[in-house]
Amino acid sequence: MTETLLLYLFSAGAVAGALVMLVARHPMRVALGLIGTMLSLASLYALLGVHVIAVFQVLIYVGAVMVFMVFVIMLLDTRDPSFVARYSRLLVPGALAAALLAAALGALLVRYGLRGPRVPGSADFHLQPFSAAFLERYWLHFELTSVLLVIAVVAAIAVVRGRGGRDG
Amino acid sequence: MDRTQFLLGLSVALFCLGLAGVIVRRNALVLLMCMELMVNAAVLTLVTVAARNHDTAGAAYVFLIFVVAAAEIAIAIPIVLLLARQRRTLDVGAYTGLGG
Repeated sequence: MTETLLLYLFSAGAVAGALVMLVARHPMRVALGLIGTMLSLASLYALLGVHVIAVFQVLIYVGAVMVFMVFVIMLLDTRDPSFVARYSRLLVPGALAAALLAAALGALLVRYGLRGPRVPGSADFHLQPFSAAFLERYWLHFELTSVLLVIAVVAAIAVVRGRGGRDG
Repeated sequence: MDRTQFLLGLSVALFCLGLAGVIVRRNALVLLMCMELMVNAAVLTLVTVAARNHDTAGAAYVFLIFVVAAAEIAIAIPIVLLLARQRRTLDVGAYTGLGG
Protein backbone atom coordinates (compact mmCIF):
# COMPACT_ATOMS: atom_id res chain seq x y z
CA MET A 1 0.00 0.00 0.00
CA THR A 2 2.72 2.45 1.02
CA GLU A 3 4.72 1.34 -1.98
CA THR A 4 1.86 2.07 -4.38
CA LEU A 5 1.34 5.46 -2.78
CA LEU A 6 5.04 6.30 -3.14
CA LEU A 7 4.96 5.09 -6.74
CA TYR A 8 2.16 7.52 -7.59
CA LEU A 9 3.78 10.32 -5.59
CA PHE A 10 7.14 10.07 -7.35
CA SER A 11 5.49 9.65 -10.75
CA ALA A 12 3.52 12.84 -10.14
CA GLY A 13 6.78 14.53 -9.11
CA ALA A 14 8.48 13.44 -12.33
CA VAL A 15 5.64 14.74 -14.52
CA ALA A 16 5.46 17.99 -12.52
CA GLY A 17 9.20 18.55 -13.04
CA ALA A 18 8.80 17.96 -16.78
CA LEU A 19 5.91 20.46 -16.92
CA VAL A 20 8.02 23.04 -15.09
CA MET A 21 10.67 22.51 -17.76
CA LEU A 22 8.13 23.37 -20.45
CA VAL A 23 6.75 26.56 -18.90
CA ALA A 24 9.59 28.07 -16.85
CA ARG A 25 11.19 31.16 -18.32
CA HIS A 26 14.66 31.17 -16.80
CA PRO A 27 16.98 28.24 -17.66
CA MET A 28 17.90 27.88 -14.00
CA ARG A 29 14.27 26.99 -13.17
CA VAL A 30 14.24 24.58 -16.10
CA ALA A 31 17.37 22.96 -14.67
CA LEU A 32 15.76 22.70 -11.24
CA GLY A 33 12.69 21.08 -12.82
CA LEU A 34 14.92 18.56 -14.58
CA ILE A 35 16.76 17.83 -11.33
CA GLY A 36 13.40 17.22 -9.63
CA THR A 37 12.37 14.85 -12.41
CA MET A 38 15.67 12.97 -12.19
CA LEU A 39 15.46 12.61 -8.41
CA SER A 40 11.86 11.35 -8.71
CA LEU A 41 13.01 8.83 -11.31
CA ALA A 42 15.85 7.72 -9.03
CA SER A 43 13.27 7.15 -6.27
CA LEU A 44 11.16 5.13 -8.71
CA TYR A 45 14.19 2.96 -9.57
CA ALA A 46 14.80 2.39 -5.87
CA LEU A 47 11.13 1.43 -5.46
CA LEU A 48 11.51 -1.08 -8.28
CA GLY A 49 14.41 -2.62 -6.37
CA VAL A 50 17.06 -1.55 -8.88
CA HIS A 51 19.19 0.31 -6.36
CA VAL A 52 22.32 0.24 -8.52
CA ILE A 53 20.67 2.33 -11.20
CA ALA A 54 19.12 4.66 -8.62
CA VAL A 55 22.59 5.42 -7.21
CA PHE A 56 24.02 5.91 -10.71
CA GLN A 57 21.18 8.24 -11.55
CA VAL A 58 21.86 10.46 -8.55
CA LEU A 59 25.65 10.34 -8.85
CA ILE A 60 26.11 10.69 -12.60
CA TYR A 61 23.05 12.65 -13.71
CA VAL A 62 22.21 14.89 -10.80
CA GLY A 63 25.71 14.98 -9.37
CA ALA A 64 27.77 15.50 -12.52
CA VAL A 65 25.70 16.39 -15.57
CA MET A 66 23.26 18.76 -13.92
CA VAL A 67 25.89 20.50 -11.78
CA PHE A 68 27.83 21.16 -14.99
CA MET A 69 24.64 22.51 -16.57
CA VAL A 70 23.91 24.80 -13.61
CA PHE A 71 27.46 26.21 -13.73
CA VAL A 72 27.08 26.98 -17.42
CA ILE A 73 23.72 28.71 -16.84
CA MET A 74 25.33 30.91 -14.21
CA LEU A 75 27.96 31.95 -16.78
CA LEU A 76 25.37 33.26 -19.22
CA ASP A 77 23.94 36.68 -19.79
CA THR A 78 20.43 36.98 -18.38
CA ARG A 79 19.48 39.77 -20.81
CA ASP A 80 19.49 37.27 -23.66
CA PRO A 81 16.33 37.49 -25.85
CA SER A 82 15.76 33.75 -25.49
CA PHE A 83 15.32 34.32 -21.74
CA VAL A 84 12.47 36.75 -22.38
CA ALA A 85 10.48 34.98 -25.08
CA ARG A 86 10.08 31.35 -24.12
CA TYR A 87 8.59 29.80 -27.21
CA SER A 88 9.59 29.67 -30.86
CA ARG A 89 7.23 29.96 -33.82
CA LEU A 90 6.77 26.20 -33.72
CA LEU A 91 4.68 26.30 -30.53
CA VAL A 92 1.44 24.99 -32.05
CA PRO A 93 2.95 22.40 -34.44
CA GLY A 94 5.31 21.22 -31.70
CA ALA A 95 2.54 20.75 -29.16
CA LEU A 96 0.44 18.97 -31.80
CA ALA A 97 3.32 16.66 -32.75
CA ALA A 98 4.00 15.76 -29.12
CA ALA A 99 0.28 15.12 -28.46
CA LEU A 100 0.05 12.92 -31.57
CA LEU A 101 3.12 10.92 -30.55
CA ALA A 102 1.74 10.53 -27.02
CA ALA A 103 -1.59 9.31 -28.41
CA ALA A 104 0.11 6.83 -30.76
CA LEU A 105 2.46 5.44 -28.09
CA GLY A 106 -0.37 5.32 -25.55
CA ALA A 107 -2.57 3.38 -27.95
CA LEU A 108 0.28 0.94 -28.59
CA LEU A 109 0.81 0.57 -24.86
CA VAL A 110 -2.87 -0.16 -24.20
CA ARG A 111 -2.95 -2.71 -26.98
CA TYR A 112 0.39 -4.53 -26.71
CA GLY A 113 1.70 -3.43 -23.30
CA LEU A 114 3.44 -5.70 -20.82
CA ARG A 115 0.84 -7.16 -18.51
CA GLY A 116 0.64 -10.09 -16.15
CA PRO A 117 2.84 -11.24 -13.33
CA ARG A 118 6.56 -10.73 -13.20
CA VAL A 119 8.65 -13.24 -15.03
CA PRO A 120 9.75 -15.96 -12.61
CA GLY A 121 13.46 -15.94 -12.20
CA SER A 122 16.18 -15.32 -9.70
CA ALA A 123 15.62 -13.31 -6.55
CA ASP A 124 15.48 -9.55 -6.47
CA PHE A 125 17.91 -7.34 -8.30
CA HIS A 126 21.15 -7.18 -6.32
CA LEU A 127 24.49 -5.57 -6.80
CA GLN A 128 26.42 -8.83 -6.82
CA PRO A 129 24.84 -10.54 -9.86
CA PHE A 130 24.87 -7.22 -11.65
CA SER A 131 28.58 -6.69 -11.01
CA ALA A 132 29.42 -10.27 -11.97
CA ALA A 133 27.47 -10.02 -15.22
CA PHE A 134 28.90 -6.59 -15.88
CA LEU A 135 32.53 -7.58 -15.55
CA GLU A 136 32.21 -11.03 -17.10
CA ARG A 137 29.90 -10.45 -20.04
CA TYR A 138 30.10 -6.70 -20.65
CA TRP A 139 33.74 -5.97 -19.84
CA LEU A 140 34.52 -4.99 -23.42
CA HIS A 141 31.67 -2.44 -23.45
CA PHE A 142 32.90 -1.11 -20.13
CA GLU A 143 36.40 -0.61 -21.52
CA LEU A 144 35.01 1.00 -24.66
CA THR A 145 33.14 3.58 -22.54
CA SER A 146 36.47 4.73 -21.12
CA VAL A 147 37.74 5.23 -24.68
CA LEU A 148 34.53 7.14 -25.44
CA LEU A 149 35.05 9.41 -22.45
CA VAL A 150 38.64 10.17 -23.51
CA ILE A 151 37.39 11.00 -27.02
CA ALA A 152 34.72 13.28 -25.50
CA VAL A 153 37.30 15.15 -23.41
CA VAL A 154 39.65 15.59 -26.37
CA ALA A 155 36.76 16.74 -28.58
CA ALA A 156 35.58 19.22 -25.96
CA ILE A 157 39.07 20.72 -25.70
CA ALA A 158 39.33 20.86 -29.49
CA VAL A 159 35.96 22.63 -29.74
CA VAL A 160 36.85 25.21 -27.11
CA ARG A 161 40.31 25.94 -28.55
CA GLY A 162 38.84 26.50 -31.98
CA ARG A 163 40.66 26.63 -35.29
CA GLY A 164 44.41 26.90 -34.88
CA GLY A 165 44.13 27.40 -31.14
CA ARG A 166 43.33 31.10 -31.45
CA ASP A 167 41.99 31.67 -27.98
CA GLY A 168 43.08 28.48 -26.27
CA MET B 1 -3.39 -0.71 -12.40
CA ASP B 2 -0.47 -2.86 -13.37
CA ARG B 3 2.79 -1.36 -12.18
CA THR B 4 4.82 -2.13 -15.29
CA GLN B 5 2.11 -0.71 -17.50
CA PHE B 6 1.88 2.42 -15.36
CA LEU B 7 5.62 3.05 -15.49
CA LEU B 8 5.71 2.53 -19.25
CA GLY B 9 2.89 5.08 -19.53
CA LEU B 10 4.89 7.51 -17.38
CA SER B 11 7.86 6.98 -19.67
CA VAL B 12 5.69 7.80 -22.72
CA ALA B 13 4.45 10.98 -21.00
CA LEU B 14 7.99 12.13 -20.10
CA PHE B 15 9.31 11.39 -23.58
CA CYS B 16 6.52 13.39 -25.24
CA LEU B 17 6.95 16.32 -22.83
CA GLY B 18 10.67 16.30 -23.65
CA LEU B 19 9.93 16.22 -27.38
CA ALA B 20 7.50 19.13 -27.03
CA GLY B 21 10.19 21.06 -25.15
CA VAL B 22 12.80 20.41 -27.85
CA ILE B 23 10.44 21.71 -30.54
CA VAL B 24 8.81 24.70 -28.85
CA ARG B 25 11.50 26.23 -26.62
CA ARG B 26 13.99 28.79 -27.94
CA ASN B 27 16.94 28.66 -25.56
CA ALA B 28 19.68 26.29 -26.72
CA LEU B 29 20.51 25.15 -23.18
CA VAL B 30 16.84 24.43 -22.46
CA LEU B 31 16.78 22.33 -25.63
CA LEU B 32 19.72 20.30 -24.31
CA MET B 33 17.94 19.76 -21.00
CA CYS B 34 14.76 18.63 -22.76
CA MET B 35 16.86 16.09 -24.68
CA GLU B 36 18.19 14.84 -21.35
CA LEU B 37 14.56 14.41 -20.27
CA MET B 38 13.92 12.25 -23.35
CA VAL B 39 16.98 10.11 -22.55
CA ASN B 40 15.68 9.73 -19.00
CA ALA B 41 12.30 8.56 -20.29
CA ALA B 42 14.01 5.91 -22.43
CA VAL B 43 16.09 4.83 -19.42
CA LEU B 44 12.91 4.49 -17.35
CA THR B 45 11.52 2.06 -19.94
CA LEU B 46 14.70 -0.01 -19.86
CA VAL B 47 14.81 -0.13 -16.07
CA THR B 48 11.12 -1.03 -15.81
CA VAL B 49 11.45 -3.97 -18.18
CA ALA B 50 14.78 -5.04 -16.67
CA ALA B 51 13.29 -5.04 -13.15
CA ARG B 52 10.27 -7.02 -14.34
CA ASN B 53 12.37 -9.68 -16.05
CA HIS B 54 15.19 -9.71 -13.46
CA ASP B 55 17.54 -9.01 -16.29
CA THR B 56 21.09 -7.75 -15.76
CA ALA B 57 21.52 -6.86 -19.44
CA GLY B 58 19.07 -3.98 -19.09
CA ALA B 59 20.93 -2.54 -16.11
CA ALA B 60 24.29 -2.85 -17.86
CA TYR B 61 22.81 -1.08 -20.87
CA VAL B 62 21.49 1.71 -18.65
CA PHE B 63 24.97 2.20 -17.20
CA LEU B 64 26.38 2.53 -20.72
CA ILE B 65 23.63 5.05 -21.57
CA PHE B 66 24.65 7.13 -18.55
CA VAL B 67 28.25 7.25 -19.74
CA VAL B 68 27.19 8.17 -23.29
CA ALA B 69 24.91 10.92 -21.94
CA ALA B 70 27.76 12.34 -19.85
CA ALA B 71 30.03 12.36 -22.93
CA GLU B 72 27.28 13.99 -24.98
CA ILE B 73 26.86 16.79 -22.45
CA ALA B 74 30.63 17.26 -22.23
CA ILE B 75 30.72 17.97 -25.97
CA ALA B 76 27.38 19.73 -26.38
CA ILE B 77 27.90 22.40 -23.75
CA PRO B 78 31.20 23.73 -25.19
CA ILE B 79 29.51 23.88 -28.60
CA VAL B 80 26.59 25.87 -27.15
CA LEU B 81 28.98 28.20 -25.33
CA LEU B 82 30.94 28.80 -28.55
CA LEU B 83 27.71 29.52 -30.42
CA ALA B 84 26.64 31.91 -27.68
CA ARG B 85 30.00 33.68 -27.89
CA GLN B 86 29.93 33.98 -31.69
CA ARG B 87 26.28 34.92 -32.23
CA ARG B 88 25.85 36.79 -28.94
CA THR B 89 22.62 34.95 -28.21
CA LEU B 90 21.33 31.54 -27.14
CA ASP B 91 18.22 31.80 -29.30
CA VAL B 92 18.20 28.85 -31.71
CA GLY B 93 16.24 30.99 -34.16
CA ALA B 94 19.42 33.02 -34.68
CA TYR B 95 21.49 29.99 -35.65
CA THR B 96 20.55 29.94 -39.31
CA GLY B 97 23.34 29.65 -41.80
CA LEU B 98 25.21 26.90 -39.98
CA GLY B 99 25.55 25.29 -43.40
CA GLY B 100 28.14 27.84 -44.49
